[in-house]
Amino acid sequence: MSGGQNIPVAEQAGNPRAGEHGALSCGRTLSFSRETGADFDRLLGRYSTKQSALLPTLWLAQREWGWISREAVDYVATLLDLAPAFVWGVVTFYTMYNRAPVGKHLIQVCTSISCHLNGAEEVFHECKKRLGGLKSGEVSPDGKFTVIEVECLAQCDKAPAVMVNDDDYFVITKDKLDAFLGSLK
Amino acid sequence: MSGLAPIEPVLLARRGKPNSASLGTYLADGGYASWKKVLGGVKSAEWTPAKLTDVVKASGLRGRGGAGFPCGLKWTFVPSKEKRGDKPVYLLCNADESEPGTFKDRLLIENDPHQILEGMMLASFALEVKHAYIYIRGEMVHGAEILNAAVKEAHEKGLLGTDVLGSGVDLTITVHRGAGAYICGEETALIESLEGKRGHPRIKPPFPAVSGAWGCPTVVNNVETLCCVKHIVDRGAEWFKGVGRNEKNTGPKLYCVSGHVEKPGVYEAPIGIPWEQLLAMAGGIRGGRKLKAVIPGGSSAPMLTAAEIAGVPMDFDGLVAARSMFGSAGIIVMDETADIPKAVTNIAKFYAHESCGQCTPCREGTPWLHKMLKRVVNGEGKKSDLDLLLQISNQMGNGMTICVFADAAIAPVISGITKFREEFEAYIAKSNHPDFALAAPEDLTNKVADRTASWRA
Repeated sequence: MSGGQNIPVAEQAGNPRAGEHGALSCGRTLSFSRETGADFDRLLGRYSTKQSALLPTLWLAQREWGWISREAVDYVATLLDLAPAFVWGVVTFYTMYNRAPVGKHLIQVCTSISCHLNGAEEVFHECKKRLGGLKSGEVSPDGKFTVIEVECLAQCDKAPAVMVNDDDYFVITKDKLDAFLGSLK
Repeated sequence: MSGLAPIEPVLLARRGKPNSASLGTYLADGGYASWKKVLGGVKSAEWTPAKLTDVVKASGLRGRGGAGFPCGLKWTFVPSKEKRGDKPVYLLCNADESEPGTFKDRLLIENDPHQILEGMMLASFALEVKHAYIYIRGEMVHGAEILNAAVKEAHEKGLLGTDVLGSGVDLTITVHRGAGAYICGEETALIESLEGKRGHPRIKPPFPAVSGAWGCPTVVNNVETLCCVKHIVDRGAEWFKGVGRNEKNTGPKLYCVSGHVEKPGVYEAPIGIPWEQLLAMAGGIRGGRKLKAVIPGGSSAPMLTAAEIAGVPMDFDGLVAARSMFGSAGIIVMDETADIPKAVTNIAKFYAHESCGQCTPCREGTPWLHKMLKRVVNGEGKKSDLDLLLQISNQMGNGMTICVFADAAIAPVISGITKFREEFEAYIAKSNHPDFALAAPEDLTNKVADRTASWRA
């Protein structure tokens, strides 16, 4: 947001209504499925305050809906007696909560120092190129791929390291890229 | 250079064994013997929290997470029962391993989770903890699953729960997943994150041992530290003290070697082995090339040139003497083909991305450093940039911020520019920036002086 603009907050992109947080809307009201609801109930017993269950509850929300929408933020806030703006503040602090839908395969390329020394940046750019010139964070038209750059995955001995959704892939050098992408159906 | 005799793996003894993560194989290998031994000695007062703390203190164990603070001493900072009243004590296992170049805790978690749990149980006994947490970084999804399964198994076998093995001791362990934030490895940020907030480090004092999670006395220990506790109780403090370079650097240590070596990986050795011995374990420099620089303790440690690291004992005091730090023992090796300005720029990118944003010098300074370094390696640098980078760095560190993140961020920049200045200057010499490429710092200073003079006139 640039300074000096005289646009009311409510009319700015990403601010659907005045006084609300800026999460994207998914266009429908949300509530946990029975299974996730049971997982949520179990969570609460593990902490001495309700708020402490925020990170795990957001994980449940992401498992259920794939990303954290405005409605998900509001729902989680209600569950834990927190302000939606506070929940959104926590969501935006951490990198792993998706703030927009992602492809079926979220390809996370580590480019931190040990992977960098083994050519990770090239792998990252080549990966986007071979998926039809995808931009970082963008979803491919078929909905299958999103490529992002991430910081150290603690797999430095297997550099360059890549994580796809929850799975680890090792030594993804440029020449192995086609085989790697082909393995993601 | 005198080497240290290699040791049989202790922390990694069970690495690669079939089903090493299961309780069955852990018990078959003699696991939980210490936990049973300690619990069996509760009623006879053969084992008391104070006694267990004394054993850990006597071992000389220093925290393996980065700071190298004596573990037993840290435990004694927790206020006594009289002073803390009804407040519970919490133990947090720091499994938020995110320091670039560090990957030892992941190996322990994925290969031998019960070793960590047993270390936590013993530490919990010493600290009179009834509920301990493992804060594991969000990216280690399978690691969290493995730990959860291990905790469940331990509960089912009665090794955790209420009145464990009839000893009257209660203990629960909860696995808590982070969500992607390097700073949460800092112990007070970790506590904030556990409480369901942004991971903003807290101002100290109060230290967590007095007021930590939910305002209660809290001890945060690294995964490897807790594993060491298990082996200290197994084999005794004297054994632990007998491994390592000297009495201030004791025990077996996991070294993470990555970068340009033949066999990157985690190596277990007595703490304080000389650099050359460690490099030989990792198969030497890749392709028979020459060594250029080493970052010896994760990306936050100042880099050392090949000459500076020669013969250095790889431990807390050895690397301080070499004007770097041991940190998390993430050893990043760069051979003669490495481009130091690009490597420093890459590390600066990491810190610019990970600054929590709480303190201005760090929030503003880290992106400045990254932008300027990017400018230099992109061939748009100015001759004054290098001194400006050093100047900004000096204004960020040395106690300007709540935590030591800013000091970590400037270490690679300062060490890189001062030790490999000619490589940065080579980039600037090729700079496309016509206005500034040829201006010497003195000229700029004179220009500023001239302008000031004209204002005054």
